[in-house]
Amino acid sequence: MAQIKSTHNPGNHDLYWLIASFASVLALHVAYLHNWVSLVMAGFAGWRLMVARNGWVMPRLAILIPITLAAAIGIAVSYHGLFGRDASVALFAIMLSLKLMETHTQRDYIIVIFLGYFLAANAFLFNQSIAMGIFMAVPITLLTATLVGVNHPNGALDWRFKAKTASMLLTQALPLMLIFFVLFPRLPQPLWGVPQDAYSGMTGLSDNMALGNISKLSLSGATAFRVEFQGKPPAKNQLYWRGPVLTTYDGRTWRINSYSINGIGINNIQKDQLPEGLVTTGTVSKYTVTLEPHNKQWLLMLDMPTAIPPEAMITAELQVISKEPVRTRMRYEASSSFNYTLQAAGLSEREQRIDLQLPKNRNPKTLALAESWKNQSPENIVNTALKMYREEPFVYTLSPPPLGENAMDDFLFTTRRGFCEHYSSSFVYLMRAAGVPARVVTGYLGGEINPNDNYMIVRQSDAHAWAEVWLQNRGWVRIDPTGAVSPDRIELGVAESVNDSEALPLLSRRDYPLLRKLYLQWDAVNNGWNQWVLGYNQDRQLQLLRYLTGNNFSWQDLVIALFALVTASLLALSYFLLRSQKIRRDAIQKIYDQFLNKLSKAGLTRYKQEGPVDFSSRAVRRLPAQAKLIVQITDAYTQLRYASKISPAAIKAFKELVNSL
Amino acid sequence: MSSAKGWKKWLRVARGNPAPATLSSRYIYILPTRYGVLFACILLGLLIGSINYALSLGFVVTFLLAGMAVISMLHTWRNLAYLVIDSRKPAPVFATEDAVFEVIAKDSRQRARFSIAAHFDDTIPTYADIVTAGESPIRLLLPTEKRGWLKAERVTLFTEFPLGLFYAWSYVALDARCMVYPKPATHHLPLPASPDQGAAGVLNSSSGDDDFAGHRAYQLGDSPKRVDWKASSREQGLLTKQFQGEAQSTLWLDWVATPGADNEQRISQLTRWVLDAHGLKHTYSLRIPGIEISPNNGEPHYHRCLEALALMDAT
Repeated sequence: MAQIKSTHNPGNHDLYWLIASFASVLALHVAYLHNWVSLVMAGFAGWRLMVARNGWVMPRLAILIPITLAAAIGIAVSYHGLFGRDASVALFAIMLSLKLMETHTQRDYIIVIFLGYFLAANAFLFNQSIAMGIFMAVPITLLTATLVGVNHPNGALDWRFKAKTASMLLTQALPLMLIFFVLFPRLPQPLWGVPQDAYSGMTGLSDNMALGNISKLSLSGATAFRVEFQGKPPAKNQLYWRGPVLTTYDGRTWRINSYSINGIGINNIQKDQLPEGLVTTGTVSKYTVTLEPHNKQWLLMLDMPTAIPPEAMITAELQVISKEPVRTRMRYEASSSFNYTLQAAGLSEREQRIDLQLPKNRNPKTLALAESWKNQSPENIVNTALKMYREEPFVYTLSPPPLGENAMDDFLFTTRRGFCEHYSSSFVYLMRAAGVPARVVTGYLGGEINPNDNYMIVRQSDAHAWAEVWLQNRGWVRIDPTGAVSPDRIELGVAESVNDSEALPLLSRRDYPLLRKLYLQWDAVNNGWNQWVLGYNQDRQLQLLRYLTGNNFSWQDLVIALFALVTASLLALSYFLLRSQKIRRDAIQKIYDQFLNKLSKAGLTRYKQEGPVDFSSRAVRRLPAQAKLIVQITDAYTQLRYASKISPAAIKAFKELVNSL
Repeated sequence: MSSAKGWKKWLRVARGNPAPATLSSRYIYILPTRYGVLFACILLGLLIGSINYALSLGFVVTFLLAGMAVISMLHTWRNLAYLVIDSRKPAPVFATEDAVFEVIAKDSRQRARFSIAAHFDDTIPTYADIVTAGESPIRLLLPTEKRGWLKAERVTLFTEFPLGLFYAWSYVALDARCMVYPKPATHHLPLPASPDQGAAGVLNSSSGDDDFAGHRAYQLGDSPKRVDWKASSREQGLLTKQFQGEAQSTLWLDWVATPGADNEQRISQLTRWVLDAHGLKHTYSLRIPGIEISPNNGEPHYHRCLEALALMDAT
């Protein structure tokens, strides 16, 4: 066997493995790095390969230090600093690629491999999808195989052996991983604040609405939240998911009233206690929402919320807000009532002022139209306006033409093509101009039941805006002017209400039934993944353990259970690793010894140094009558002895051979 | 020379006497390597990150790698456990040369072993792989200083395979000793004249002029006439042609007649002469205090003489 002194550094075969592992780690990150960073990293890996293949000298520090500084400056410029999540990951990644340029001893290799594991796991900061989870197996296995190779200083190992060893180690680690994952005590809070940019790129409702905002959101097929109802889901036309309530208009943008968010007018309601001014009758719908992170504080609930999660607050406008922006997937229980009156007793002076406010010197035609309605009762004003939307040639479209300085005039009298935000904001404008307190409510309308798991998916494309008007004795009443133009939007959803030529996200459309079915199945898988893998937090952990054992667990119990199970599984594994082979091999040896015994009774003894094959040929010469059987037995014995896997059937067959002698 | 330091001197040593030593579980020790500690630190970092960012898949990777590390401990342990360690009788060497001990590591558990290393204390380890049910020799060098028997020190067998996170080791006391012959004198005194040679009237029978007897490596002071220039032109190096007188007489290497400042120098000189006489295929005899080896030639005689010199009590 080849023997080499241990001072040998890893050879080129190890380097190829290292570079391959590095490339797979880079592949995880490529979508989340600036292109130049990925290119520079690939460049260093290529350079290191050339150094090894062509016998170039390794670059000296005098070359590497300026490159390092340049890379750091480049990162600081591209990412506007060095300390956010994106910048630190990019910096770490590029430094690791630089480290390759001075990697040649075993120690360097091991450090690069360890940091490679770390960098690979960092990819989960950006993406925790099923696909990412599965692909993660590639770099982890490659890095482990490289580590195996580096720990074999006496020559190159066969690549299949390395891959097999790495996969075997990781497979054997799976049960331990599972035990730890389920039982390791989870913390409800982060240990410290995380960088601001950790949550960039999340979509959802904004706290303001300029015309065009929501139609843009409608183009996103992303899931906004998923809902499990206790009992039957409500009818489609009741699925108004209440979000930000917009009261302030400056002629261009509707905004949330800063008042209601800055703590004034916020109610902290107890469980089973209704917000002030809200009176409900009839049944209450209870449901659990799993909200995708959107980096805002809105918690979406059906009109009107009657119970809110303990960590949330409710404003006077009945917006439910959480204490912190929703930055991780959040699960909450809520209930709503569809028969309600809100503030029927009257509005305060301040509320009246806010809900009648209009920008000055804008939209003269709209103001004149509203002026002409002023002599009617508020109910009639509402009806007149809705009649106008219904009877005049208004078109519901996802791609409305641009509007000028007097946006409402342009829309109501010229273009007449718009999306829900056009209808709701022009309606509220008209009402206010006619002296009826009104406000815009944004949120989502509808949702789709996934038959696979019987939960509802609400997508960003379901985003909607409607209006609320305040009427004497009736309080705030929901009016959806979009319904006057396109009743299908409310009854059937956005896909049925626009022409197919319009650019809805593929999966919000109705024209691919098979694709939709697959999509729904896939969404059910994703939902399970979100609920049980990604959303596995303290609550879920305790819930699962209660379900499995019927007991409530404290974290001390968790630790004890963890240790007990880990010990048990390690003992089991040790047993299989250290015993199984020996027992079977011993069995083979015993059978062979029986064969030797039989022959020695016939006067033929095996010499001490004589191998089984030599002995067999001698035995054949001495006992030609048994020649065939002796050769068969010897063949079976040598095959079993050197086989990597031994089946019980093979042992049995061998035993029968010996017995038949 | 037992150089076990600190707590390690309390650890068990498997004895290779009389049967080969088996590294059963009671002889195997295991500790994390410094890379193992570093790996643990990296995992701790991953764990804290996963907690802080509530990364479920971060937990998955952290626990998977931790599980792998723990399992690699079992694999490292079983890579070394139940090896059977034997040794071969080492070939004699001259003092200051390296003694070569050959450790035979044999698998007794039907599994292939990888990166099994062996070393004496303070020497560089040598690695070997062992196929299933096979054996592998591991050559260990030990520098020699004095003539006489050199007992093999305690051998450390260790492995860090497969991941280098754990170091499993075992000590074996080999039942092996190496014969160390005295270091031959470097200066070349001519072989001593013997009474019979004197009778034949030839001063030095080893360099008669009658018959060509072969070549030896050129040494300073050889007559240029005797250099085999044809051989040197064939790039075989400088060779001196040797001739022998016809009288095959016995050469007496006598302690009493050997020059030298002290006993060790005399032994050294005698060793040189034994080497030279053997190289020239002389018949020679060795006479040292307490031992007289009758005239003879050939390999066994040569080794007998050198061994007598190596073991001579020179005080």
